[in-house]
Amino acid sequence: MSTGTYILGVVSALIALFTVVELLRRRRLRERHAVWWFAAALLALVLGVFPATLTWLAELLGVEVPTNLIFFVSIVILFLVNLQHSSELTGLEDKTRVLAEESALQKVRLERLEGRQHPPVDDSCPEP
Amino acid sequence: MPSPSPKTLIVLPAFNEAGSVSEVLREIAEVLPGIHCLVVNDGSTDDTRRHAIEAGATVLDLPFNLGVGGAMRAGFKFAVVHGYDNVVQIDADGQHDPRNVPALIDQLASADIVIGARFAGTGDYGARGPRLWAMIVLAKVISRISRVRLTDVTSGFKANGPRAVALFAEHFPAEYLGDTLEALVIAAGAGLRITQVPVAMRARQAGNPSHRPIKAAVYLGRACIALVFALMRPRLSIPAEGTR
Repeated sequence: MSTGTYILGVVSALIALFTVVELLRRRRLRERHAVWWFAAALLALVLGVFPATLTWLAELLGVEVPTNLIFFVSIVILFLVNLQHSSELTGLEDKTRVLAEESALQKVRLERLEGRQHPPVDDSCPEP
Repeated sequence: MPSPSPKTLIVLPAFNEAGSVSEVLREIAEVLPGIHCLVVNDGSTDDTRRHAIEAGATVLDLPFNLGVGGAMRAGFKFAVVHGYDNVVQIDADGQHDPRNVPALIDQLASADIVIGARFAGTGDYGARGPRLWAMIVLAKVISRISRVRLTDVTSGFKANGPRAVALFAEHFPAEYLGDTLEALVIAAGAGLRITQVPVAMRARQAGNPSHRPIKAAVYLGRACIALVFALMRPRLSIPAEGTR
């Protein structure tokens, strides 16, 4: 491996880690969303600084081409993060739905109080 | 014919139904004088709201489109908040005949959900090919779960008793076909009694039902997926009173 690629690996990992930490610090990212990204960036940094760990790990797991191990782990992480997002999106949609219902119910109440919609006439005196 | 209980609310989910909603409401008022109607305006971009208010209905305005299931849950919540016992769901496009409502409500004495079924011998509602097969298969599966012979489980014409209203105000699904298939699965799982009454279905006053084979096949596929997921979900129970 040339010095160039070594530096590229370390610098990319540092940028990723810095971005995650910065977003967390500015409260633009909540901890529970940041966990996966933080772990991924940290892993990238370790592998960037000590490329030998990757070769050793790949050999240990029987992966012939070490880069394939990187691709595999990256895809697994991205898959899990996406799944988590879809699940959170579902939760948000449920909450939005409840809010929409509540706001609609309040709107009818308000409109009745303001006389813009009339409650139905009581059945004891049905309309002609 | 006994007049329906005053504590019955007719809920009409409506998405851009300005062309038919007044006529439907006028007919309901004519056939069932004094009954309360709630039009759930499901994010319509036309004059549905104005037409419904002019026809004397209460209008529940959803801020955006939630689909039939979403509109119906809002309607069930309205019924709970305002103390209605029964909710009858009628389409705002005029394909359901309000003259059948008393027959549906009568059956609520011995059941929690009464379906206005289209293939039970009355009327000439025609479905052919894959769409018909889909409806037969789905009816068989739901019949098995609910332990009652049902012939039409995708009907949007249903009467719900107090236990069903309490359950659905919390758990009416908003997903595709959730308002028909999954709602029945949830109801059966919660121990509600389901039954059906034959009704004649009329041509829609606006819009067209889908009869193209590809559309029907897609419908069958989606319905089966929806059903499988509905069956896999954990059972729900009727929420205790006063939890809200």
